Amino acid sequence: MSTVTQTADEVILSKPEGRFKQFWKKFLKRKAAVVSLIFILLMIGVAVFAPIFLKYQVQAADYNNMLAGPSMKHFWGTDEFGRDVFTRLMVGTRLSLFSALISVVIGTVIGVILGVLAGYYGGIFDSIVMRCCDILFAFPDILLAIAIVAILGPGIINVIIAVAVFTVPSFARIMRSATLEAKEEPYVEVARSIGCSPRRVLWKHVFPETVQSLIVNFTMRIGTAILASSSLSFLGFGANVTEPDWGAMLSQGRNYLNSAPHMVICPGLLIFLTVLAFNLLGDGLRDTLDPKIK
Amino acid sequence: MGKYVVKRILSAIPLMLVISFLIFMFIHLIPGDPARLIAGMDATKQEVETIRRQLGLDKPLMAQYFIYMKGIFHGDLGYSIKNNAPVASVILPRFKPTIILTICSMIWATILGVFLGIIAAVRRGKPLDYLAMIIAISGISVPGFWLGLMLIQFFSVNLGWFPTAGLTMAKSYVLPSITMGCGIMAILARFTRSSMLENLRKDYVRTARAKGMSEPKVILKYAFRNSLIEVVTVAGLQIGGLLTGSVMTETVFSIPGLGRLLVDSINFRDYKVVQALLMFFSLEYIIINLIVDIVYGFLNPKVRYQ
Amino acid sequence: MGEKVLEVEHLRTEFKQEKKKYVTAINDVSFTLNEGEIVGLVGESGCGKSVTSLSIMRLLGDTSGRVTQGKILFKGQDVLSLSNKQMRNLRGGRMSMIFQDPMSSLNPVTRIETQMMETLLLHRTKDKAQARRMAAEMLKKVGIPDVETTLRSYPHQLSGGMCQRVMIAMSMSCDPQLLIADEPTTALDVTIQAQILELMKKLQREEKTTILLITHDLGVVAQMCSRVLVMYAGRIVEEAPVHELFYNHRHPYTQGLIDCIPKIGSGVRRLPSIRGSVPDLALMPAGCKFAPRCPFASDECRKNEPELLPYEGDPTHLVRCFRTKEVLS
Repeated sequence: MSTVTQTADEVILSKPEGRFKQFWKKFLKRKAAVVSLIFILLMIGVAVFAPIFLKYQVQAADYNNMLAGPSMKHFWGTDEFGRDVFTRLMVGTRLSLFSALISVVIGTVIGVILGVLAGYYGGIFDSIVMRCCDILFAFPDILLAIAIVAILGPGIINVIIAVAVFTVPSFARIMRSATLEAKEEPYVEVARSIGCSPRRVLWKHVFPETVQSLIVNFTMRIGTAILASSSLSFLGFGANVTEPDWGAMLSQGRNYLNSAPHMVICPGLLIFLTVLAFNLLGDGLRDTLDPKIK
Repeated sequence: MGKYVVKRILSAIPLMLVISFLIFMFIHLIPGDPARLIAGMDATKQEVETIRRQLGLDKPLMAQYFIYMKGIFHGDLGYSIKNNAPVASVILPRFKPTIILTICSMIWATILGVFLGIIAAVRRGKPLDYLAMIIAISGISVPGFWLGLMLIQFFSVNLGWFPTAGLTMAKSYVLPSITMGCGIMAILARFTRSSMLENLRKDYVRTARAKGMSEPKVILKYAFRNSLIEVVTVAGLQIGGLLTGSVMTETVFSIPGLGRLLVDSINFRDYKVVQALLMFFSLEYIIINLIVDIVYGFLNPKVRYQ
Repeated sequence: MGEKVLEVEHLRTEFKQEKKKYVTAINDVSFTLNEGEIVGLVGESGCGKSVTSLSIMRLLGDTSGRVTQGKILFKGQDVLSLSNKQMRNLRGGRMSMIFQDPMSSLNPVTRIETQMMETLLLHRTKDKAQARRMAAEMLKKVGIPDVETTLRSYPHQLSGGMCQRVMIAMSMSCDPQLLIADEPTTALDVTIQAQILELMKKLQREEKTTILLITHDLGVVAQMCSRVLVMYAGRIVEEAPVHELFYNHRHPYTQGLIDCIPKIGSGVRRLPSIRGSVPDLALMPAGCKFAPRCPFASDECRKNEPELLPYEGDPTHLVRCFRTKEVLS
């Protein structure tokens, strides 16, 4: 019996490498997704290292240069306090990108655990999790976030919580059905029949099969999260307006739309491109990971 | 079919009750004492207690919930502190703009989205497909409020074609409808495309061609007629989300609709209005999902004849 | 022997695999169908049977395949040179087809009557009421008991056998001269299978339709066909009248196929199987395509591809093999 389990393990262990190389080769053929990945990595780099190479201070006001349009001195112009918009946007990457990432990671982890457990064990636990998801689904995405922020009060932490909460049910559902499907796979039956413990079957055999849909949805959800959190900031429910958050900056810039349109165009464009990059990457990943969907 | 409809309706009722209760609870969780708020900061403890009793806030939570729910059926949604008027009278005039906007954006978004999706599927891998899909993925990625502001800047301020804000004339609805429908158009285009691609590969499409049917007929009567069932479902679910989408659009365009009211009420801590709106939005969402389910059953003969 | 209905000459169909890379699915396929005969086309799955039929019907459009060489003559008319519109007039009218899986071959969201009438309205009549009468009559002909109910039904309300009867009725409704039946009974139960075959034979006798019956089941061939084409790896390897094929086949692949049929009374002996499997289209061997699996293969077989030639001067029995003498029947 033990030898059989070992060979099964070897198969599983040797799989990722070969698979990854194959996946990478296929992925490189999708130009849009590759460009998006580079863009995203660049943005993450900016988020981490921005303060080192930027010319201006985030809060450095220059009252001689208020609402100035793009120039050689101020790449993307200045805001109502004469602060450099480019600098603020780059530093803002931290707040906007990381808050979206954190909220999706939290939502995903909770959703995945609930979904996999519900799918694998079924029964009352499954029913409870799924009914809770139904309830959360009964609120359209952004309304749920608004409701949560309305209760908890505005602020970036609360936005993260709100976005995380509406990420949970979609992941729970996806993972539940993926687990149910994987449970029926013959090799999982085999693993069970040779006496693997349920937990081992669950994490070593069922979970790896669901990783594909997980990765794709995770990527797409980050785009949604950036949109949601910037929308909340725009409404004034998110980050404090003094902070360099993309949505908050856009919201401020709105008051100067006529005199300084760059204050709206630039942050909006950055949000758009970042979300677009995540969506294109998600599309590319789905096409490479799942040849069935085209 | 009758059984199916009844089952669907019955399964939605408990969900509605649970959600209304949750919203009620949420609103009560918000820090701050409503009785104190109404009485004013310098009222005596006795005055606050009197108001508390008048409002029924001294009763247990469950009892308060039942009183509130009973009120809903009599059109009594509580009292708006900010407007100094019953909540119902605050909300009612806000319906019209939101509903008109929703319908306008739904119509153009569905027509264009489905059209783009079919074209993309039929011309798969060709330039038209790429163009349609670039439009679609951009539509999903663009922040609606930013798009709205850009449209105002370009079409209203620079070109002067449309009013910049408010609802003064029929033209006022154009830009908000574009803003609101953009995401749905994109979602429908992508969904229609993938559904069409799947159905175009089906055996019965080959049968239709083997019959000698012309290509446009094969695409519309066979592939699309089958995709339609799923497309209607997805489109229907989007309407539910649209009313909420009005929050962003109405804020950008300063339209006195339900979405704008929600934002204003949260900012003014007018919680009776927030509560009523949250209830309305989520119940509306459930009801639309229910209708979509029933329509799905009606369109799909496999469900209809069971 | 009647008039020639279909002549296929040196047909070659290729599939686009990746950018600018083509693989040949069928090559040098030639055969003739005469009026009123049922000819079987047999072979393993993936040998090009369906590609052949789709090429004839010009239904490759929804795949990446295209005909790159050869001629298809239907009643002397070159099918490949017809305009799309002319081809549509032919399809479903004088030339029709039925498919393997009857349940999925019918549109799930429209009633049977609509689907049957469509064909008739395209080819036979402009009058809806008349089309419906004709559809009802056709259903009666294929042995459907409750015609009215069936007409009003949706495909999922009918059984597989019923669906295939509907498909047959539909494809025969415009009196086609050629019917291509692509594995018409594979998806059905054995008892239903016999009924459907019997029905096809009866209709064929009454209407004098020519049928190209594609199947992998030699039992079906023995029951139905007067002549057989054996296909392997995109080529026809043997063609013979049915009796000749079963008792005097000359191609080792045909022999392999026939050996695979279990025979009553042969005891508990292990059923033989052809070793190996059909070669990958992209990695075809150089010489005879069957050589790697052939027990008789010589160096010549591995180097050159044999041609399809009459066996001992018999024009009705063609074989594509260098070592016909070795194959013992």
